[in-house]
Amino acid sequence: MDQQTLTVTELNNYIKGLLDQDPMLGNVSVRGELSNYKVYPSGHHYFTLKDSESSLRCVMFKSSAGKLRFRPENGMGVTAYGRIAVYPRDGAYQLYCTGLMPEGAGDLQVAFEQLKAQLAAEGLFDRAHKKPLPQFPSRIAIITSSAGAAVHDMIRILSHRWPMAQVVLLPVRVQGVEAPPEIVGAIRYANEFKVADVIITGRGGGSIEDLWAFNDERVARAIYASELPVISAVGHEPDVTISDYVADARASTPSNAAEIVVPDQRDIRDALDSFSIRQDQALRKKLMHLSQQLEAYQSKRVMTDPVAHIDNRRISLDYARDRLVAAEERNLAACRQRFVGLAASLDAMSPLRVLGRGYAIAEDGLGQAIKSVKSLSPGDTITVELCDGKADCLVQSVTEKP
Amino acid sequence: MAVKKLSFEQSLSRLDEIVRHLEKGDLPLSESLSLYEEGTGLIKSCSKMLDEAEQKVVKLKKGPDRAPIELPFEDEN
Repeated sequence: MDQQTLTVTELNNYIKGLLDQDPMLGNVSVRGELSNYKVYPSGHHYFTLKDSESSLRCVMFKSSAGKLRFRPENGMGVTAYGRIAVYPRDGAYQLYCTGLMPEGAGDLQVAFEQLKAQLAAEGLFDRAHKKPLPQFPSRIAIITSSAGAAVHDMIRILSHRWPMAQVVLLPVRVQGVEAPPEIVGAIRYANEFKVADVIITGRGGGSIEDLWAFNDERVARAIYASELPVISAVGHEPDVTISDYVADARASTPSNAAEIVVPDQRDIRDALDSFSIRQDQALRKKLMHLSQQLEAYQSKRVMTDPVAHIDNRRISLDYARDRLVAAEERNLAACRQRFVGLAASLDAMSPLRVLGRGYAIAEDGLGQAIKSVKSLSPGDTITVELCDGKADCLVQSVTEKP
Repeated sequence: MAVKKLSFEQSLSRLDEIVRHLEKGDLPLSESLSLYEEGTGLIKSCSKMLDEAEQKVVKLKKGPDRAPIELPFEDEN
């Protein structure tokens, strides 16, 4: 038995040669679950692909890894493409991977979901950050391709709806690797030079790859950072991009963006008509009210016959004067009657009238009337006054009434 | 009033204010009349702005100092 003894290197190189010749192992696709996924500073990715019973070491060099459109994660089901070869130093075979596809959804779909989750977690989609759109923009920046149908649709709709707004086009490429940096640059430029009040960025419909620039993280961050409000207008109705989530407003299509960004002049003309009608009505009502008030005043006598007012006053004055005169006369008559009465009773009380009827007044020497015999003694001289004269008399005796 | 030129937006909100005032009906006639006059003026000027508006479309190009230069945009449609 002629057996050749080989060095380890020789054996490993021999096996390597065998595997390298195998056409199937040179271009293999293998399904499994990612584990131990590591990205080295060199840019190479190392991982293990496994199923329930077995595992396979894999390496993906920087050149291939840079083309990945999603971020591989442990536990993710994938299909890996590449070739099987021996790594002679370790004497182990591994998969030199040139491409990875997530299982189920496409790689772009996975990338989309991953970026969406990441940016949502960072708060880029928060309602609170969304800026209101100007009601009547005077300048509208459109960041899109100058060649596509989208820009023409937008200009046509804008000119019908709101020709007062100026359209400022910032032409960019909207697909391909240059698209994201160009869109980012245009958004920043529009903000730096304040070229408009509002920005529309987007493009017409296409495949998910065609729309991919609007799922780019750089574009999303530029939209978020924009001080001018941004309307995202990508593709057709069902297409939703990261730009749509982060923008201040989402339009389902570029045409829809043109409808969102300006009012319809027909609505504004209607509003002007309604203002006109309302102020006419308000003023007419005011005038009617005032003229009714005026009529009410006019119907009063003081307005129809101003002299009547004075005449009325004069008549009242005359009445008052009459009443005054009558009252005075009545007063005078009453006084006169009272005087006559008083004079009569005064006459009746007069002592002279009593003396006339045969009475006399006895007076003492001082002229005082003597009212009692107690003040008299025999021999006193008294004066007796009669109605027509006086007589001096001597008291002979005094007799008191029993 | 109308001393300084109002923007379209300002004109509309002023009109709204004027009409509300007038509809309240508690202003003296002279003030009502001058508001009405102002309102009529604003409606006229807004309508005129709409009638005369002609959409201007420009294409921006970065100038040598980075400042934007406006170029005409030919809409071939």
